[in-house]
Amino acid sequence: MSFLLTIIRLMMKNKNGSTRIGEAVFYYLYPLCIPPGNHYHLYFINIRSIIRVFANDRPGVMTWHAISSTLILTAFYASVEMQRRPELRDKPVAVCGSQEDRHGIVLTANYVAKPFGVKTGMTIWQAKQCCPNLVILPPDMRQYIRISKLAREIYEDYTDQIEPFGLDESWLDVTGSVGLFGSPMAMAKEISNRIKFELGITASIGVADNKITAKLGSDYRKPDAITRIEADNYREIAYPLPVQDLLYVGPATERKLNGLGIYTIGQLAQCPVNYLTYKLGKMGAVLHTFATGKDPSPVKRTDYAATVKSVGNSATTPRDLVCDEDVHLMLYLLAESVASRMRDLAARCMVVELYVRDTHLVSFTRRRKLAVPTCSSAEIAHTAFELFRANYRWSRPIRSIGVRGAELVEADAGVQTSLLGDDAKREKWERIDAAMDHLRQRYGYMSIRRAVTCADPELGRIDPRDDHTVHPVGYFGG
Amino acid sequence: MNEAKREKRYVPVVVRFDAEGQLRPLTIEFDEEHKYAVDRVLDICHAACQTVGGVGVRYTVRVQGQERYLWLEKSRWFVEAIT
Repeated sequence: MSFLLTIIRLMMKNKNGSTRIGEAVFYYLYPLCIPPGNHYHLYFINIRSIIRVFANDRPGVMTWHAISSTLILTAFYASVEMQRRPELRDKPVAVCGSQEDRHGIVLTANYVAKPFGVKTGMTIWQAKQCCPNLVILPPDMRQYIRISKLAREIYEDYTDQIEPFGLDESWLDVTGSVGLFGSPMAMAKEISNRIKFELGITASIGVADNKITAKLGSDYRKPDAITRIEADNYREIAYPLPVQDLLYVGPATERKLNGLGIYTIGQLAQCPVNYLTYKLGKMGAVLHTFATGKDPSPVKRTDYAATVKSVGNSATTPRDLVCDEDVHLMLYLLAESVASRMRDLAARCMVVELYVRDTHLVSFTRRRKLAVPTCSSAEIAHTAFELFRANYRWSRPIRSIGVRGAELVEADAGVQTSLLGDDAKREKWERIDAAMDHLRQRYGYMSIRRAVTCADPELGRIDPRDDHTVHPVGYFGG
Repeated sequence: MNEAKREKRYVPVVVRFDAEGQLRPLTIEFDEEHKYAVDRVLDICHAACQTVGGVGVRYTVRVQGQERYLWLEKSRWFVEAIT
């Protein structure tokens, strides 16, 4: 009786009863209503196939599948654009970054443009060569984030275990909702229909008993399909698929696996795990687990907050950096943003990392451990510049540069003071930084600037913090 | 809704908030000469507008005896205007 009373209590206490009811069902009724061996259903929802559906003027669906985060995001952008501009639905359309800011590549292309050879990552002029009538649209991140949030609100009606993987993809664990909404396939259909009706876009859905297989399922049939892959049909569906369909098998890993005679997921699953570990290191064992459809990682709960391990900012600059002064300016801009974000987290970093990529897209990363943790922008910039001076010989101009504060510790954690007496100086700089934060929060980013950033208006106008784009976290939470 | 060509037109709308915070559109000010009283709100739901584009809360309203859709997209109202 106690569990029934608990459910009633939860319903009475909370206006938004669905989540509470879902919790109660999960904890109390779930063991009673789910058949043994069929108790763990995950949805992986990817909205990117919408673009194809719109291009065909068909209503779409959600697939559940494994794709790189970049592709997911770009396709999602295009589908949102097609929804709000119906007049473009039968035209080749690409959402592209700003040419002026040197981000002029195709972020996504719709289904009409793809047969012309327009692909994600192409420069705009290349895309125009493939398709002269291509309609170029600038990205509207606010709208994409809005639609992503609305999609998430739909998911929240079904479960509180929603793990986003970029703006347009999510895993849902609906195990606890089966008693309320019916089978996972029925739920998938309902969610699919709601996304079509409420958001005007489509998505593909994979239903499986683990996250990796759910992603595979969503890639299996598109755009208008819901694919179920579980123990009874896993070998039949997954084993013949090319090994690069697995998450974390990129071009380099694919080459390595092909070199071992492994071309399909089935071959990878049947390969001895010791051999894979010997050849690929610990990722060998991970990929073997993925290939056998036994990934044990749970779908994180909605209120899960990942522990922040590092804070970094990078920028592809409006023009190439050609001298130390340019790099000095950029490092100050980036360090200010990194330090400010660390202060928001009440953290300091023990390690400063520098990332540099030249005009031939050759990049390197260097790091240095600090004597004491800091969130002083001057100290971070100074360390990063020392790393730069020690590791770059100006063989080519620089296209992008980044700074990261790693090995974060709590800001109020005790530290070993220095005998040399530079603690007071550091504290003073940190107070100056905090004062700058307050001023910028109140009067805007440009209200106070270091004089060095005024030396070059083109570079100095970059606001790394507010222009910062949060990319999808890795599957392993990195 | 007939098959005539339509365009998205943002319009001023007079609304009433009741004590519970519920919003009810009262008058659609289509232009200076045409202001339509909303006789009744028949349905409210989240929906995408397939004809002219847009995503928001769709109010199905009765105006002068005819059913029409009125959309609240973020903080702006729009209708599917016949061109």
